[in-house]
Amino acid sequence: MSVKSLEELRKLREEAKGKLTMRKDGEGDYIELMVGMATCGIAAGARTTLSTLLDEIQNKNIENVKIVQVGCLGYCHSEPIVQINEPGKEPVIYGNVDEKRAREIINKHIINHELIDDAIIIETYKKP
Amino acid sequence: MDTVRSHIMVCGGTGCISSDSDKLITLFKEKLSSAGYDKEVKVISTGCFGFCGQGPIVKIHPDNVFYVQVKLDDVAEIVEEHIIKGRVVNRLLYEEPFYKRKIQSTSKMDFYKKQYRIALRNCGVINPEEIEEYIAFDGYEALGKVLIEMSPKDVSNILKDAGLRGRGGGGFPTGLKWEYTAKSPGNEKYIICNADEGDPGAFMDRSVLEGDPHSIIEAMAIGGYSTGANTGIVYIRAEYPLAIKRLNIAINQAREFGFLGKDIFGSGFDFDISVKLGAGAFVCGEETALIHSVEGKRGEPTKKPPFPSEMGYLGKPTTVNNVETFANVCPIILKGSEWFSSIGTETSKGTKVFALAGNVNNVGLVEVPMGTTLREIIYDIGGGIVGGKAFKAVQTGGPSGGVITADDLDTPIDYESLKNIGSMMGSGGMIIMDETSCMVNIAKFYLDFSQDESCGKCTPCRVGVKRMYEILERITEGEGTSEDLEKLELLANMIKLSSLCGLGQTAPNPVLSTLNYFYDEYKEHVENHYCRAGECKSLIKYSIDANNCIGCTACARVCPVNCITGKPKEVHIIDQSKCISCGACFDACKFDAVIKP
Repeated sequence: MSVKSLEELRKLREEAKGKLTMRKDGEGDYIELMVGMATCGIAAGARTTLSTLLDEIQNKNIENVKIVQVGCLGYCHSEPIVQINEPGKEPVIYGNVDEKRAREIINKHIINHELIDDAIIIETYKKP
Repeated sequence: MDTVRSHIMVCGGTGCISSDSDKLITLFKEKLSSAGYDKEVKVISTGCFGFCGQGPIVKIHPDNVFYVQVKLDDVAEIVEEHIIKGRVVNRLLYEEPFYKRKIQSTSKMDFYKKQYRIALRNCGVINPEEIEEYIAFDGYEALGKVLIEMSPKDVSNILKDAGLRGRGGGGFPTGLKWEYTAKSPGNEKYIICNADEGDPGAFMDRSVLEGDPHSIIEAMAIGGYSTGANTGIVYIRAEYPLAIKRLNIAINQAREFGFLGKDIFGSGFDFDISVKLGAGAFVCGEETALIHSVEGKRGEPTKKPPFPSEMGYLGKPTTVNNVETFANVCPIILKGSEWFSSIGTETSKGTKVFALAGNVNNVGLVEVPMGTTLREIIYDIGGGIVGGKAFKAVQTGGPSGGVITADDLDTPIDYESLKNIGSMMGSGGMIIMDETSCMVNIAKFYLDFSQDESCGKCTPCRVGVKRMYEILERITEGEGTSEDLEKLELLANMIKLSSLCGLGQTAPNPVLSTLNYFYDEYKEHVENHYCRAGECKSLIKYSIDANNCIGCTACARVCPVNCITGKPKEVHIIDQSKCISCGACFDACKFDAVIKP
C-alpha cells in the first residue's frame, strides 16, 4: 500500500492511535475504569467483567477511557467491583458487575452520562 | 477482536539488552500465555528509556508504572501480581536516592522532571519496528506537509528561523547548510546522515536510531526535498548491529507505505535511502573523511573548502547532518520555528541530548533545554556523585573537548559558553569524575584514544599526538620533568594550529584544559612524584598507620608479593621497595590502618 495524500495518512493515524490510547501518560481528560482484581474479585468473575468492558469499549469505539485493574477495593461482598473516575467528578463505585451490567455501565454511564442507581454501592467516597 | 487492555513495554535498547531485556520479553510472553492473558496483554520491545543505570526497564500501560532493574526472576511476580491481580510490585519501583521514597511514575522522578524530550520524543514510547506506531505519534505528517504545502526554500527558512544548529558538535546552522547545497549547481545531489558516533561514552545517536528510526528517515526525505537530493545515505558504524537492523526494517516499511520511493505523497518527489556500514574509525565522523569512506576510499579527511555542499560525495553537492540534528527536524516543521526558538538560549535553540556516564548515580541518556546548567544535569537529573564523593570535573565533547571544574558548574550550557570555558558541546558525551580521578591520567586516556584513531595523513596529528601521549605516560610513571610540562603545552598548541582536520585540531584539548585547570596536579606528579587521586600506580606507596593497626594480619595474608611483615597483634610494616601498589591491603584492612597516599 502506498500513502498518496495527507488525508490517507491521517486516516491511518486515527486507526493506529486507537490501539495506543493507553500509552498517554498523565491525568488528561481520561475516564478511568478501575476493576477490582484481587482474589475475591477474580473469584467472583472480575475477569469476565474486565474483558466485557474492553469489548464494549472497542465496539462503541470509545477513546477517552482507560481500564486499570486494581487490587481489593474493600467491598468483597459485592465483587466484581468497578470504580469510575471521571475528571472533575467524584468517583462512583458499582458492585456486582456481571457481563450484562458491564455493558450497561459503558452504554449508560459512559456514553449517556446516566447513573445506574440500583448498582451503585457508594458515591460519597472522596478520593484522597 | 482486538481487546488489548495493557501494554508491557520492555526496553529493547542496547544497554538494557546487555542485561538480558530480550530474554525478559520472551519470558513475559511465555508467562502471559500460560496464564491465559496473552490475548489481552501485549509485550512490546521499545527504544531506550534513557535511564540506563536502572535497566532493564519495564513500563506498564495504562497504569503508568515504571519498574527498574527487572530480572528474569521478577517476571513471574509482575505477571501474577500486577497483571493478574492489579497490585503494583513495590519492590521493583525506583527508589529516590535521597528521600528513599518509592516512585511509580516517571513524571515524578527527578531524572525525568527537568528533561525536555524533542529528539528522544518517541524513544521508549513506541515500538520502533512498527511503522503504524510512529504514524500514530504524528509520523510522516511533516513530510506530507513539506511536500504538499511548502517549497524547498520554505523548509530551509523554517530551520534557519528556528535556529537549529548541528548536533554533532560543530554547531553550524542546519538551515544554512541545506540552503548552500540547494544553491550549488547540479541535478545530482546527496544527503548523508552521519551516524558514525565515536566519542567514548556517547550513545545518543545509537539510541535514536534504535528507538525511533522513522524520525531519521522522514527528516532525511525532508532534507532531500529541501536540498534537491534524491538519494540519502546513512553512514553507520558496523558495531551498532541493533540500530542497523531496526533502521533497515524501518526503511523497508517506509518503502512499503510509499514514504520512500517514487512520487512520494503524489508530489512527484522521488527519494530513497541506502545504508553504508563503516568500520568504526573515529576520523570517519569528520564529514570529508566520511564521504571518502562512503565512496569506498580510505577514510581520510581533505581540506575545506571545497565544502561538501559544493563538492561532496562523488564530487556532487552533498549535505552531511548528524542523527540528532535530523531527529529535531520533524517537530520544527510541525510545531513551527517560533516554538523551537522559544526553547534554549540566545545563540543555541532547542534541546541537547547528553549521555551521562562516569561517577554519577543516574547513568543514562538525558535531553535538556539548552541553557540548563551543568549542576542541574549532574545533581538534579544525574542524582549526584556515586557514594557521596566530591565532584572534581566533567568532560564534555569527548576526546575533542575539555574538562570543566566545579567553579563552572553553574554555566548554562550552550555552544558558546562551553567553548569559553575551554571545552565544547561535542556530540554529547558527558563523563563525570569524582575526587578519585587523576586528571593527568584522564588526559592520557583521551590522548591514547586520539593517537589510536589518528588516520595518519598529516604529521602534526600522527606524530605530535603520539609524542604528547609518551610525555603523559612518563609523567604518570613518575619520570616526568618540568621541561616535559613546557614541551607538552608547546606541542599541544602547535598540533592545534597545524593539523589538517578536526580530529588533530581538537585532540590536544583534554591536555590543554587539564593543564589549565589542574596544573598543580601535573606539578605534583613531576616534582613530588605524587598522585593525589591515587590513580597512578607507579606513584602510590602504601604505608601502615601504627596508631590504627591492631595486628589482625589481614593485609599480610592478601599481599600477593609478601611485602607486609608483622606478628599477630603487633603493628605491621610494608616494605615499599617490594610493594607493587596493587591496593589489596587497602581493601582488606577493616581498621583504616592502610594509608593510600
